[in-house]
Amino acid sequence: MVTAAGAGLKTLERELVGAIQAGLPLAPRPYAEIADRLGVDEPTVRARVRDLLEAGVIKRLGVVVRHHELGFVSNAMVVWDVPDDRVEAIGRALGEAEGVTLCYRRPRRPPHWPYNLFCMIHGRERESVRAHIEALRAQTPGLRDVAHAVLFSGRRFKQCGARYGEPGLARASVEGHDHG
Amino acid sequence: MDELDGAIVNALQDGIAIAERPFAAPAARLGTSEAEVIARLERLLSEGVLSRFGPMYDAEKLGGALCLCAMTVPAEHFERVAEQVNGFSEVAHNYEREHALNMWFVLATETPGQIDRTIAAIEQRTGLSVLRLPKLEEYYVGLKLEVQSLEETT
Repeated sequence: MVTAAGAGLKTLERELVGAIQAGLPLAPRPYAEIADRLGVDEPTVRARVRDLLEAGVIKRLGVVVRHHELGFVSNAMVVWDVPDDRVEAIGRALGEAEGVTLCYRRPRRPPHWPYNLFCMIHGRERESVRAHIEALRAQTPGLRDVAHAVLFSGRRFKQCGARYGEPGLARASVEGHDHG
Repeated sequence: MDELDGAIVNALQDGIAIAERPFAAPAARLGTSEAEVIARLERLLSEGVLSRFGPMYDAEKLGGALCLCAMTVPAEHFERVAEQVNGFSEVAHNYEREHALNMWFVLATETPGQIDRTIAAIEQRTGLSVLRLPKLEEYYVGLKLEVQSLEETT
């Protein structure tokens, strides 16, 4: 269970976070069903869900896809060794590029890991993903001449979701294609 | 998946407006019925195309933490180590990747302190060291994978 410890939420909001973490009821009036469960009225549930969205506790409310099952079977983690004083500008430009699904700065870990900028590219086949990466290198200022590596995914051993274990924060806060 | 399935997935990935009958408006926009949208979402969930229909939480705002981790696992021990790592409920997902660092997983814990404790426990159980690669800055998070874009990329 998500306990929302230390997050400063009111009791009802904490209960709500737990009540909907595994998903909203697939019913014409899902908030009414949650309201019954929590012993409050339906407009109150909607108001609190709206509060959680506005506070950013809920980043998004909608369908969460399994990218592999949608046909995005070729996913590449592309990592770059970008000068520290340029990483922000390059990261923002890379993040805005077509087809980049996420873009983060992370620490280097020498000697094993010299890269400080990460992005993900998803596609149906490796060839098109590779071509896409070459286009990004050519088009994004600052990426053409820096060391980079492309780590395609092989086997997927675990993806959070209903099939695996107890619902919890892991399941409720990480997208299938996200990398924390 | 047919065309309407794809349209529903695309329309509802961005988010669904909070309303008493939240499926009614998207159904009307897609030219179908509320009951049809609900029935198709149920089917896509049972088929595993969708992992759920609900909130994506910000772990940090709930007091929790996330950390990307990587390990160098000898090929002959890969299956055993994968089983050991996946046995931890804090492991959200785990991928094999083509690199000397060949196992990549994300930890999601309910408190920041549990990240270090979980990593220590994983290192003890597997006998291998874990590289921590936490997010320092977020430049972009795209929350949507368009079903249509599959066609465009091929």
